[in-house]
Amino acid sequence: MHTPTLAELARDLKARKISSEELTRGYLARIERFNPELNAWITVLREPALAEARAADARLAKGDAGALAGVPIAHKDIFCTAGVKTSCGSKMLDNFVAPYDAHIVTRLKQAGTVLLGKTNMDEFAMGSSNETSFYGPVKNPWDRVRVPGGSSGGSAAAVAARLAPAATGTDTGGSIRQPAALTGLTGIKPTYGRVSRYGMIAFASSLDQAGVITYTAEDAALLLSVIAGFDARDSTSVDRPVPDYTAALQQPLKGLRIGVPREFFDAGLDARVGQAVQAALSIYKKLGARVQDISLPNFGLSVPTYYVVAPAEASSNLSRFDGVRYGHRCENPVDLLDLYTRSRGEGFGAEVKRRIMTGTYVLSAGYYDAYYLKAQKTRALIRRDFLEAFENVDLIMGPTTPTPAFKLGEKTEDPVTMYLNDIYANGVNLAGLPGLSVPMGFVDGLPVGLQIIGNYFDEARMLAAAHQYQRETDWHRQIPKGFE
Amino acid sequence: MALTPAEVRSIAGLARLAVGEQDIPQYARNLSRILEFVAQLDKADTRDIAPMAHPLDMAQRLRDDTVTETNQRDVFQQNAPQVQAGLYIVPKIIE
Repeated sequence: MHTPTLAELARDLKARKISSEELTRGYLARIERFNPELNAWITVLREPALAEARAADARLAKGDAGALAGVPIAHKDIFCTAGVKTSCGSKMLDNFVAPYDAHIVTRLKQAGTVLLGKTNMDEFAMGSSNETSFYGPVKNPWDRVRVPGGSSGGSAAAVAARLAPAATGTDTGGSIRQPAALTGLTGIKPTYGRVSRYGMIAFASSLDQAGVITYTAEDAALLLSVIAGFDARDSTSVDRPVPDYTAALQQPLKGLRIGVPREFFDAGLDARVGQAVQAALSIYKKLGARVQDISLPNFGLSVPTYYVVAPAEASSNLSRFDGVRYGHRCENPVDLLDLYTRSRGEGFGAEVKRRIMTGTYVLSAGYYDAYYLKAQKTRALIRRDFLEAFENVDLIMGPTTPTPAFKLGEKTEDPVTMYLNDIYANGVNLAGLPGLSVPMGFVDGLPVGLQIIGNYFDEARMLAAAHQYQRETDWHRQIPKGFE
Repeated sequence: MALTPAEVRSIAGLARLAVGEQDIPQYARNLSRILEFVAQLDKADTRDIAPMAHPLDMAQRLRDDTVTETNQRDVFQQNAPQVQAGLYIVPKIIE
């Protein structure tokens, strides 16, 4: 019962072949059984989920249910959920109960989904391994001594272990695509502005975007159709019609022009990941696509640019956590400054503090031009490279990550080594483009992902490319041992 | 671009972060490493390049100047560490 895709579950629920209550009970039992070793969940909403499931069954019986009625899902603990703890993986918000729902939480609720709980994540989404969470690291279901990726590592581990059929995530510099790749799942980060950020706890506002982690492109299309669209409560939400992503999955790939950036295949890439990309490209050729070499000359600037822009925005966004209105407050503050500094010093973990301090430094008097202004200019160069490439190609493809999942603790010593795991992901966020990762094989028994980058608002074409690849391959159907 | 312990203390102060004295050397090392890494941006030729403001070159949306939010103070204050008579309590600022 836990192996069908989200689309199959939605169909079976509509056809009344299964009830939402039995389905939800099944997932809750699996969470209870497997979560102690995986640590993928921060909050499990057992009773509320069962109540929602029974309500969904009642609506299904009457025949007036929403598109995803009775389908259980999980939300990354960065999305505010009314009346439920929303921690963002931080001690700072360990006691925070969200007073309202994030936009995508509302949308998915209206579609009839059942919320199983909130998933673990890197603290404030700052990390690529889920090791910065206040609630402890998440284990990769494919190999429990390895990381599931981050920051949406709990969402990825939960879906990969079949503890939920799909989960939401956020991607500021790869946080959906990288964990999806490292756990054998499909993950999409839509165009900046496609999905409302309302109620999503901010990290770097010009880069943050919500998306989903699923088994298939078809499932991603279903969920994206629900969460995408204009929302006046997010000032950067784009008012543009949402296409029928599910219908678009059948778009033929004949004549599709795929660009492969040669810069993605340099020394940093595990040669076996490179071979998996070539194997995936040969399937696209078989499907009628034309594959061509392209260049993104400023690609090498993307990680350093990201680590100026993202910390700068984070230092500003996280200044709201002051120990006054909500969140952690230190004991017995002697004065207001002591209240601020100790509450923040105790509430934030080491990586969050590093990023706040980096951001504070690059924005401080005397350094602003050298770092922040310079990075906004190199960011423009990175974007220009992509736009020039898209004059000649429809999609860009390459690896999602340079290697398969690394071991817990392997990259925690040097922050820059950790940052480089998102080398192929950061540029996409800097340019505001949509990016998707699909499973494309295994290296040493660990899944690796193919990254598909589209032009602005071209999610339908990306999903079609991913869907038709998945009709030719079964990488996305593999289940980690012990979780079948 | 090696930061001194004094510089780290000063940045932490600006960021309103209490950092333990024992942690200062490690922050100095890590932050120096990050700044050294991002310093490669210096080599990029950005003459005549306008800094990027938004991926989609969008203008800020305007809305009518009308009240759209109702007062939910009691709901929001349920998350506050300390409140009294609807006010957020902090240590005394003015003698």
